Amino acid sequence: MAYSDKVIDHYQNPRNVGSFGTSKEVAQRKDVGVGIVGAPECGDVMQLQLRINEQGVIEDAKFKCFGCGSAIASSSLATEWIKGKSVDEALTIKNTQIVEELSLPPVKIHCSVLAEDSIRSAIADYKKKNGLGAEQVAEAAAHH
Amino acid sequence: MAVKLPIYLDNAATTRTDPRVVEAMLPYFTEKFGNSASRNHKFGWEAEDGIDLAREQAAALIGASPKEIVWTSGSTESNNLAIKGAARMYAKHPEGTTGVCRGHIITALHEHKAVLDPCKRLQNEGFEVTFLEPPADGVITREMVAAVMRDDTILVSLMWGNNEIGTINEVPEIGALCHERGVIFHTDATQWVGKMPTDVERDHIDLMSWSGHKMYAPKGVGALYVRRRNPRVRLEAIQDGGGHERGMRSGTLNVTGIVGFGKACELAMHEMDSERERLLTLRRKFERELSERLEVVQVNGHAERRLPHIANISFGFVEGESLLMGIKEIACSSGSACTSASLEPSYVLKSLGVGDELAHSSLRLSLGRWSTEEEVDYAIQAIVKAVNHLRTMSPLWDLHKEGIDVSKIEWQTH
Ligand SMILES: Cc1ncc(COP(=O)(O)O)c(C=O)c1O
Repeated sequence: MAYSDKVIDHYQNPRNVGSFGTSKEVAQRKDVGVGIVGAPECGDVMQLQLRINEQGVIEDAKFKCFGCGSAIASSSLATEWIKGKSVDEALTIKNTQIVEELSLPPVKIHCSVLAEDSIRSAIADYKKKNGLGAEQVAEAAAHH
Repeated sequence: MAVKLPIYLDNAATTRTDPRVVEAMLPYFTEKFGNSASRNHKFGWEAEDGIDLAREQAAALIGASPKEIVWTSGSTESNNLAIKGAARMYAKHPEGTTGVCRGHIITALHEHKAVLDPCKRLQNEGFEVTFLEPPADGVITREMVAAVMRDDTILVSLMWGNNEIGTINEVPEIGALCHERGVIFHTDATQWVGKMPTDVERDHIDLMSWSGHKMYAPKGVGALYVRRRNPRVRLEAIQDGGGHERGMRSGTLNVTGIVGFGKACELAMHEMDSERERLLTLRRKFERELSERLEVVQVNGHAERRLPHIANISFGFVEGESLLMGIKEIACSSGSACTSASLEPSYVLKSLGVGDELAHSSLRLSLGRWSTEEEVDYAIQAIVKAVNHLRTMSPLWDLHKEGIDVSKIEWQTH
């Protein structure tokens, strides 16, 4: 299978790989929203961590990904796109934009869906930790 | 010494044609180009001589008589002819009889699709098939077969060496059991013949498939051994026509391919013993060094009972397709779902009870006649580097390092 140059670039030089602490540490931090989506038995797990300030702006984003090259590229790209955005802006990112940017073939569309899900899931976690809009949280969760 | 890239470590998928094989074939394209069935001129006789020699070479490699070799297009066809041909010939009731079992067949879940799918088709025709579940080490034993054998069992089809994990079934023992019980025994020996000593008499084999392109002959040519004495095995043909191959497989013979197949058998016969030792040493080095240099590495299949050329290794918390991407100068294959159209990880590893996650994390590295120690060393370096790179990105690796059992987490699956 031939990968697009952009997928290869993200695979070789992933942007924003990392985390803001161990799973236990970030669970305690109110300024960090954590999204983990996918499952090992399906061959993809994406973890997205967002550091969000009191104005609701995503100051920093870190990802980790167990998955194929397209999954790694999708999550790497997602971190690039959402850094500096407000939470509401970040929620407007659609998987189709990721598909287009990375020229993902049809069999890899699920990678972009997972990336979109990870954004929603991380923001939902942040809102839950900060007691923001239970309905909004429920809405975000309903996407899974 | 600098290694030439890319490195080919996918010899279980196909092999390079040996130049000596190509050389033997060449005259049959342009000079001795006759149809071996043309009985009344030189061109036909020359082609027939080529076929006869190849039949002797193939038979010699497996301890058979030349009359027991049926030429086919490869192992897929040989398996189809053996399994469907024997089942339909030895069926207990005519086709179309509903509600009664036409005969019982035994095979296993980790067989090649070219065995499983013919068996499934026979199920639709009224045969009952037992698909044995392999144990964790992947080896099917005589006892396992004996435990499911019935009075109406007509056919047992079990491969000799597995193409994904290289495990070796107890073929001679199972063959002996079949002969004691009057059951026809077929083995798909595609990955075995030419690498391991084979004697259809000693090993109690009735039907055996193998393929040119797995042993340094070209693609599109294969053979089926069909026993002629004690017992004489009969097959219902699948492809009808001019009655070639004693009516079992009609169609003008692929003379060039068959000549190449014969030559490859002859070469294998002479070089097998030294080659086997060499490949085994290389495979062991691969497995040992990767296990030493990396954590959470699992060599799949039985520790000892494995073919010399196939290593199947899982690297925990690293997904197989991304690993292949990281070692793109090494041609090999992965049991990951992503490398197939199905999105399912390898059914062979799954049948052994290897968890889906480790199945997604597996590589199959298969060595061949031109594999060198330098190539193996290079591949080891490249794999270690790629696994380490991917683990720095893997959320599962972090969880593992934090002491969390990843298999116990409840994942939100889609
Ligand atoms: C064990 C086994 N059986 C059957 C086949 C099919 O062989 P062929 O490609 O000659 O049809 C293969 C090769 O893929 C194999 O490894």
